[in-house]
Amino acid sequence: MDREELKYEYWFANIRKVRSRTKRKLREAMPSARHIYYIEETTLARYVGKEEERNEILNSMKKWNLEGEYRKLEEKNIKFFPYFHTDYPSALRTLLSAPYAVYLKGKTVPKDTLKAAIVGARQCSPYGEHMAAKFGEALAEQNIDIISGLARGVDGAGQRGALNAGGRSYGVLGSGADVCYPKENRGLYEDLQKRGGVLSELPPGTPPLPQHFPARNRIISALSDIVLVIEAKDRSGSLITADQALELGKEVYALPGPVDSSLSRGCNRLIKQGAGILLSPEDLLEELHICSRESIKKKLKNKIMLETSEELVYSRLGFYPKSIGQLAEETHIEISKLINQLVTLEVKGYIQEISKNYYIKKR
Amino acid sequence: MYSTVLSAAVHGMEVNFIHVEADISNGLPVFNMVGYLSSEVKEAGERVRTAIRNTGFSLPAKKIIVNLSPADVRKRGAVFDLPIAVAILSSLGYVDGERVRGTLFIGELGLDGSVHKVPGVLPVIIEAKRAGCRVCIVPKGNLREGRIIEGITVYGVESLRELGGYLNGETRLRDEERTERYAPCMKRQEDFSDIRGQALLKRAAEVAVAGGHNLLLIGPPGAGKTMLARRIPTIFPPMSEEECIEVTKIYSILGMTDEGNPLIRTRPFRTPHHTSTKAALIGGGNIPNPGEISMANYGVLFLDEISEFQRSVLDVLRQPMEERIIQLTRKSGVYRFPSNFMLVAAANPCFCGYYPDMNKCTCTPQQVRQYQSHISQPFLDRIDICVEAGGVEYDELHSTGEEETSEEIRKRVCAARKRQYDRYGKSLTNAEIGLDELEKYCVLGMEEHGFMKQIFDRLSLTARTYHKVVKVARTIADLSGEEHIRISHLKEAVGYRTMEKRKGK
Repeated sequence: MDREELKYEYWFANIRKVRSRTKRKLREAMPSARHIYYIEETTLARYVGKEEERNEILNSMKKWNLEGEYRKLEEKNIKFFPYFHTDYPSALRTLLSAPYAVYLKGKTVPKDTLKAAIVGARQCSPYGEHMAAKFGEALAEQNIDIISGLARGVDGAGQRGALNAGGRSYGVLGSGADVCYPKENRGLYEDLQKRGGVLSELPPGTPPLPQHFPARNRIISALSDIVLVIEAKDRSGSLITADQALELGKEVYALPGPVDSSLSRGCNRLIKQGAGILLSPEDLLEELHICSRESIKKKLKNKIMLETSEELVYSRLGFYPKSIGQLAEETHIEISKLINQLVTLEVKGYIQEISKNYYIKKR
Repeated sequence: MYSTVLSAAVHGMEVNFIHVEADISNGLPVFNMVGYLSSEVKEAGERVRTAIRNTGFSLPAKKIIVNLSPADVRKRGAVFDLPIAVAILSSLGYVDGERVRGTLFIGELGLDGSVHKVPGVLPVIIEAKRAGCRVCIVPKGNLREGRIIEGITVYGVESLRELGGYLNGETRLRDEERTERYAPCMKRQEDFSDIRGQALLKRAAEVAVAGGHNLLLIGPPGAGKTMLARRIPTIFPPMSEEECIEVTKIYSILGMTDEGNPLIRTRPFRTPHHTSTKAALIGGGNIPNPGEISMANYGVLFLDEISEFQRSVLDVLRQPMEERIIQLTRKSGVYRFPSNFMLVAAANPCFCGYYPDMNKCTCTPQQVRQYQSHISQPFLDRIDICVEAGGVEYDELHSTGEEETSEEIRKRVCAARKRQYDRYGKSLTNAEIGLDELEKYCVLGMEEHGFMKQIFDRLSLTARTYHKVVKVARTIADLSGEEHIRISHLKEAVGYRTMEKRKGK
């Protein structure tokens, strides 16, 4: 499609209050979007049944400045792919409610790579954050693209992990592609554009409204081949993503967690319902027939060597933060010695002080 | 006839002697008071005349002029009632002028001639002694406070009648036994052994007091932060005589001394509410009164819920914390109050108080960050030790094991303080030393340097944090009685460092 044609497509994609399915039907019947622009009312009535939708289309022509609006889009450096564009992500065409167009900042979504979604709670525990990063890293190393929602918590951690491993990642937004939400992920938002992209079905400038997010989730599940749910509460948006993925016939994996942790309840329930269980990135890769046992074994080799007293402290730590008081009680080590060992472990890079005097394992 | 009487007034921490002059001459009957008086001093005229009449002396219908000199110092408060009355009685010839000379009077009068308690007696007596005054007459309620100072005769009077009798030479003022001055420190109700478990908090408090470091406690509600803070004064070294008097002076100026037992022998513990204003904390007023930080002098200033304090209020504390003195400049001059306190602050980790327990915490990461960044960084920079106050387990709460008493901890603290005193040759704590002393006295060995370099890179410390860690390590070494700072000391000190602001990931 040339620029001239895209100008008309952009106008057509921007008509509100017309369902994308209607748009698709109409567009399919016409040779190009330009033909729709100059359509006769009687012809239009043949394809669009509802009167409100017809009026909407006819009215929108009067208000729309074809050249000006499209130039704005170009200035923002946003790529625009309508449904019949060759670069429109073909995975989305499987959706019954496929968006009529997607907007993308960054690189075009590759068609032939394997894609995995890493989704989960925004307000996650250090365990979830750590695991998301670990899976993101390991999968990206195997050339799997990570798809997620650029949200706080699990989403961002998984994507950050993928980028850290030198891989590609795509963020699907619940706002216009030029709107970074949440603001604190600005860095990630910029980095994604260099090594993947951020995409959205919403026109540029759309604010992140709550009702956009469930719809955004369906795009995540449609784009990915497998969905990993890292941490999810009982009624979480991530579960919507998982449900939609199942409907589309994709594999869903969930990360098990403590049964009494509200953050893992959604995941544990998914497992009960028959989702795949994430034990480790290696385990997952093997199940996907991506990596052989051999190469996995190599990775496991870097076993940790510690002194006995440090080992005692280290073994008590996990991915859920533990306070120094708790550790003192469990290990019966004198407090000043305990601090000594914790600092040693921290310096060696085995643990991390996540909040004042609260520690988690780092590896 | 003319007469003059000596009195004194407190301005800030300073005492100004005031001469009260009275002159009675023939003319139209008037009663006039001059000498840059505030309204409460002007009102003294009515009180004094009524009190004199009700005591049984008669005031003639003459021209009575009272002057308070020096005339350019603003006179405030009710302490001049008594000297004005004495000056009038003296110029009327009712009392012996010889006895009035060389005697200092302060006190407030009631209409019936009774003498009421006034603030600021102790600093006045100290100054009077220095100026060579023979006798001081104070209200009965302030007698014990006045007698804290030796080497000057202090009498307490209950009424103008009693005073009149004394000044006439008719009666003698009762010479009460001296106040039991430096009785051993009263047994405090609170003690460290009341706290079950919480080994980390106790250790941190011990280190903080030993080195004069400021302390920040972070933890969920109900973890025992306040309980610990209240007991911190009990592990300080006992106060010296000068320190006791210095502290009592402040409370005397504020009129907060106890009538029966005025000398303050226990370290102050002040806990201003988080709605307090700047003036309440550092002192305020046209002629300033000491604020909370001066009341906490030689003791502990405990700021609970520190993130609820207004940022600007906390920021005014920075300078006095550094300089150990607060200097307030007013139109009438510069006022200095001591502010040599140890700061103990407590904060929740987030709005709901449960971060990082994500199962309980209901805050978003943004809220947590917002909450933690509410405390200004320059203020945090002045805090050397930061520890987490975790919840207490039921077993700990009911453990029958013996907990250390304050006295045992205090012994170790005193020993560590003594080491510091010997090293620096003056009363200086590790927290107060400057860069020069740090380089001179906190020398690290090769091995220790290597370790600090590793820590520095690994935990990306700032230069300021680095210095704080070394100072705290010095204190830990002092506590364990060692000459050199060892790696284990450094490690412990690193464990106490304040968390830096978390940078975006």
